[in-house]
Amino acid sequence: MSDITKKPRFTHGTIERNAFILLVLALIAISIGGIVEIIPLFTIETTVEHVKGVRPYAPLELVGRNIYVREGCYLCHSQQIRSLRDEVERYGHFSLAAESMYDHPFQWGSKRIGPDLARVGGKYSNDWHYQHLQNPQALVPESLMPRYAFLATRPIQIDNIADHLRTNVIVGVPYTSEDIAHAQDDLLAQATPGADVTGLMQRYPKANLVPGNGRTPTELDALIAYLQVLGTMVDFADPSTENLQQ
Amino acid sequence: MTTHIEKDPHSGTETTGHVWDGLRELNTPLPKWWLYTWLACIVWAFGLMLLYPSLPYFTGYWHGLLGYSTRTEVMQDVAKIAGQRALVMDKVAAASFEQIRATPALLAEAQTAGRTSFANNCQPCHGAGGGGRPGYPALAAGAWLWGGRLEDIQQTLQHGIRSGAEGARDSQMPRFGVDGVLKPEEIVQVASFVMTLYGTPRREASAETVAAGAALFADNCAACHGEKGQGNREFGAPALASRTHLYGDSFEIVQGQITNPHMGVMPAWGGKLDPATIKSLAIYVHDLGGGE
Repeated sequence: MSDITKKPRFTHGTIERNAFILLVLALIAISIGGIVEIIPLFTIETTVEHVKGVRPYAPLELVGRNIYVREGCYLCHSQQIRSLRDEVERYGHFSLAAESMYDHPFQWGSKRIGPDLARVGGKYSNDWHYQHLQNPQALVPESLMPRYAFLATRPIQIDNIADHLRTNVIVGVPYTSEDIAHAQDDLLAQATPGADVTGLMQRYPKANLVPGNGRTPTELDALIAYLQVLGTMVDFADPSTENLQQ
Repeated sequence: MTTHIEKDPHSGTETTGHVWDGLRELNTPLPKWWLYTWLACIVWAFGLMLLYPSLPYFTGYWHGLLGYSTRTEVMQDVAKIAGQRALVMDKVAAASFEQIRATPALLAEAQTAGRTSFANNCQPCHGAGGGGRPGYPALAAGAWLWGGRLEDIQQTLQHGIRSGAEGARDSQMPRFGVDGVLKPEEIVQVASFVMTLYGTPRREASAETVAAGAALFADNCAACHGEKGQGNREFGAPALASRTHLYGDSFEIVQGQITNPHMGVMPAWGGKLDPATIKSLAIYVHDLGGGE
């Protein structure tokens, strides 16, 4: 066994024994990691695509979206058509990031027990959704989706809808003060047959009017208004990416 | 200050020279193969960064030397399969229904394409095999609301029914009860009469009730549903005298339909499916058993 004696040099021993050097070097190492992770975030705006037609959710749709999240629909349904041929053939044009830009949080999901819902809007009639959500097996016998009949018996809370819009403004959804001022009217107009929907349609083009029951809109009305707008905002008639960008 | 480097007598590995309660820490070097693999991976990662889209910067992002994009790739995949299918589907699109019928190979292709699309798009409402459900016509049964010829089916598929799309089939049944056109007792009379049309008269209904219903029917319903309840496809007015009923044939359902009618909506598929697929669907639906 031989003991070797070395002249002292700048080794990890030096760093470990000198608190000041350790501190400075640790700061440098952490800064590099921080710069690599933080700097790209400042450039993120340059990578965001703005696509024609994408708009914030109408008040009733927003309420429906909250119910979608509350009921955990994302646990079985994704909202993301991946750029794979089989998915594009089955569901339609692959999802664009911009289509979920006003989703907080987004509902891309990863579990696909049920079909993808990114473009379910307009695929079935309102009637179908009312029946299907209340009793899926009545329409699709082999379906293993739970029944959501109770949604039809629960009126939604409408007096706080403007606050929902304001909260979304805080996280970057561009609701205008006009949108917020009309939030409650727009919400009711979308679920009341025969109501004046000029303002609603101007602010939220392509909003799907649900029949409602003549009383306070129910959670079922709201959820269906939300489902029926999914994937319909962007016009994919000319699907080349350049034409979709603003 | 000196550091004593010693060798561990058992493994022959150098120690770090640190001693804790008589325990010495071995300074085992990383295996060379592992170290070089790790370094090679770092070099490989830089290579991938150069070749593929990676870093964002202030005016966009690095697109990569290969110019790869998942979007371009899936578009190419779709175009490739569309090109292969076009060999057949272009013929389907160009041929008339009679020509497709006359060409067994083409007919088989159209039926296959129609079956696939039906399972994806139509089955949730119309049921497997077009068996129908309350509110969703049984396509295999032949009780057509708007016509069961190939051209009729094609038009319904293309534009939908009350879909709001251009060219959609559209009609509204008046809400006789909700809008106060008929009084509740009159609706009972009409419903009682309507039930005699398809041969299951309501037991509670007296002859006078049915007779009163017949008079009301002639005034209010016959214009669309026909004098004998034979229906009118021009307005999509169901044939009430038929054995097949869209929503059911109980008294409550007939009464409900007169009071506040359901009016089904079928989406327009013209924007979602290409003309050859819609044509194939028309052939498939026609051949389910109800085609005319």
